[in-house]
Amino acid sequence: MSLTAKDKKIVKAFFGKVGGQAADIGNDALSRMIVVYPQTKTYFSHWKDLSPGSADVRRHGLTVLTGLLEAVDKIDDLVGGLLNLSELHAFTLRVDPANFKTLSHCILVVLAGMFPAEFTPEVHVAVDKFLAKVALALSEKYR
Amino acid sequence: MVEWTAEERSIISEIFSKLDYDDVGPKCLSRCLIVYPWTQRYFGGFGNLYNAEAILSNPMIAAHGITVLHGLDRALNNMDDIKNTYTQLSELHSEKLHVDPTNFTLLADCLTIVIAAKMGTNFTPDMQAAWQKFLSVVVSALGRQYH
Repeated sequence: MSLTAKDKKIVKAFFGKVGGQAADIGNDALSRMIVVYPQTKTYFSHWKDLSPGSADVRRHGLTVLTGLLEAVDKIDDLVGGLLNLSELHAFTLRVDPANFKTLSHCILVVLAGMFPAEFTPEVHVAVDKFLAKVALALSEKYR
Repeated sequence: MVEWTAEERSIISEIFSKLDYDDVGPKCLSRCLIVYPWTQRYFGGFGNLYNAEAILSNPMIAAHGITVLHGLDRALNNMDDIKNTYTQLSELHSEKLHVDPTNFTLLADCLTIVIAAKMGTNFTPDMQAAWQKFLSVVVSALGRQYH
């Protein structure tokens, strides 16, 4: 499954519209992931406070979403453009790639909740494909 | 047996009490067919599924979406034995409809997203956790009779 020209157009337009709320989107998505999938807490044992909306969660949510917006800019070459991020996830963070899908689902739920009118089925499928491609690019250096 | 806290039961009841089947059913099924187009394989006799607009305005899909959503009612009314409640439906999906059980999760995810869109910030992380737990129990029950 690859991103068509139409997919890329939809993704760029959608994130162009909602990117300003990256902090809120990231915070909500990460908060949800930690609550709905408690096994993901294992990656954050060094944080003081894992509750939804905590300072740690907010800060990290913004980090993740900033990375995602960077991926939107590099949508024409995700593998090449996200090489550094892939190395970070593969060698330093060593996040099990299954969690990319988990976080992607939470991001979709947040986008639907925050932007119900804009998050049409057509936008949904384009963003879902995009997130899958980002996950693949992040997994590139794993083995 | 699946254990439900009082809070989880309350959350599930609340979501169902606010559920507009005639709106959410069609939205859920049509979104699934659009986002995961391979699921259209099960709907050969349902008329025009050529593009998103056609799917969204297809009355047969809308009607079926409502039917499918009502399929959750038996879980709501039998939360302490969801496993056995779905024996016949599981056999139906396996032996007659030949639906790959992976599709149950795809549809469940679309339903969660449609509900999130309707409830907005009211769909808190705790509500999402309880709701997804409920759906995963139903999905598991529907897959039990496959062999």
